[in-house]
Amino acid sequence: MNNNSLWSDALYRLSKNKAAMFGGFILILLIFSAALAPIIAPYSYSYQDLNLGASPPSSEHLLGTDILGRDLLSRILYGARISLLVGFVATGVALVIGVSWGIVAGYIGGRVDSIMMRIVDILYGLPFIIFIILLMVIFGRNLWLLFGAIGAVEWLTMARIVRGQVIGLKNQEFVMAAQAMGVSNLQMFRRHLLPNILGPIAVYATLTIPQVMLLEGFLSFLGLGIQPPMSSWGTLIKDGVESMEEYSWLLIYPGITFTITLFALNFFGDGLRDALDPKTSEN
Amino acid sequence: MLAIFIKRILIAIPVLFAVASITFFLIKIAPGGPFDADRAVSPQVLKNLNEAYNLDASNWEQYLDYMGGLLQGDLGPSFRFPGRSVTEMIATGLPVTFELAFYAILIALLMGIFSGVLAALKRNTFLDFIPMAIAMIGICVPTFLMGPLLVLIFGINLEVLPVSGWDQLPGDKILPSLTLGFAYAAYIARLSRGGMLEILNQDFIRTARAKGLTERMVVIKHAMQGGLIPVISFLGPAIAGLLAGSFVVETIFQIPGLGRFYVEAAFNRDYTMILGTTIFFSAMIIFFNLMSDLAALWLNPRSRDAS
Repeated sequence: MNNNSLWSDALYRLSKNKAAMFGGFILILLIFSAALAPIIAPYSYSYQDLNLGASPPSSEHLLGTDILGRDLLSRILYGARISLLVGFVATGVALVIGVSWGIVAGYIGGRVDSIMMRIVDILYGLPFIIFIILLMVIFGRNLWLLFGAIGAVEWLTMARIVRGQVIGLKNQEFVMAAQAMGVSNLQMFRRHLLPNILGPIAVYATLTIPQVMLLEGFLSFLGLGIQPPMSSWGTLIKDGVESMEEYSWLLIYPGITFTITLFALNFFGDGLRDALDPKTSEN
Repeated sequence: MLAIFIKRILIAIPVLFAVASITFFLIKIAPGGPFDADRAVSPQVLKNLNEAYNLDASNWEQYLDYMGGLLQGDLGPSFRFPGRSVTEMIATGLPVTFELAFYAILIALLMGIFSGVLAALKRNTFLDFIPMAIAMIGICVPTFLMGPLLVLIFGINLEVLPVSGWDQLPGDKILPSLTLGFAYAAYIARLSRGGMLEILNQDFIRTARAKGLTERMVVIKHAMQGGLIPVISFLGPAIAGLLAGSFVVETIFQIPGLGRFYVEAAFNRDYTMILGTTIFFSAMIIFFNLMSDLAALWLNPRSRDAS
């Protein structure tokens, strides 16, 4: 099938891209260690050794302990669960809204399209970060609201990309043939349009995850995101900043972890884009 | 040009109105009044307070009242700081935030355009790779990490720059501006590199070279004008991003600007302050987006001549 060769070509190109493969490798490592955190973490994330207090890295606590005597490595591993969860779930929310919005606008076209895209234009111009903060203040800081609020903000670009792709597909013969056979709109979206725009969707989703993780970190850093006793990398960095003068490792290790993850996601996303659409990689 | 401008303004007004209304009612459904937060107040005092702030009127009356005030630039009293109005507090914080944002944008433009154009001209050499690697770092290291790291290095370890404050010690503006500007420098570098590469491949550049212009003239007079349009378009959204960045930077460096006021208001549940600043921020961002779109339109000869 033609479809398969596109993906296998892309996979081949991706495997030739060292930076992307390295990013992908780091990501897989991270996802596994986050999933297996309860097994591989040396301590529980809330276990306190009060006699120890903040201690620099040692053989017992590889990355040291925080002010409350909690093992930093374990807290980073458990924090990865929250940070990655927010990254993936909120991106998922954005994906669902953005793709449905874009497909409907692009496929139906005409007036519906121009109204729907005008709404996107207007929402683009609003300071969404402020609305997220507003929602967190009004409805309390819970994880589900955070997923929803971030997802509700990040779907706009996805809607634009998908709409553009669908408009390109709309006039092709196979879509017209399907129309002539009386395929329902829902079937059209699911069977004919969606499979053909999976590439750009995958690329953009990969590049949205780091954006979302940044946003979560930003909110948690301000104290408006993840609340204790749960901790994400954002809250770890926030705690690290508060005690960085004496205990700089509390800032540096979570910071390095966060940065490496963002690097990995960006490299992998860029590599995926180049692999799926060799034209853009020329610049 | 003028028609586009008027059309955009006409769209902006109802949008702002909708933002103000939605925010107003969102805050009305927020649980808990502004005065029942930390310490208990006697019923009589609460009643007097509610009366003083017109909170015993119906929601509609309050809404109309607020909108009326808004038209005259009055955003109501602050719930947390008695005797101060929200408009007044915005007026105190705004100059500080503007100054910070101005330096940050300046740093971002200078660093970004210089390294981006250089990278495009010296494509695939180390003058391309190194700035682009640094730009990647700028994009991947979030502001809330960059700021503390800069403080740790220059403020605490090297002790060459003050670690916090604004306009109090010499040099205390450097770290906040750098922190805020760096991420944008990175984006601008990437955008200007991409834009320049696209333009440098076009025919009119070859013509300019063929007619014997110096490379400098080709780059400055011909290529940069078109190659930097993406940067201009980016500036509008960047202002919105700068605002969010100012929340973080002003918190880290304890700068008495609008961003810190907003974060504090969010913590204190100072609802009138949140409402006022949200409307104000929205108006500002809509305005800057409009400006950057118009500038980009005007810089592009094709759209300039068409309208």
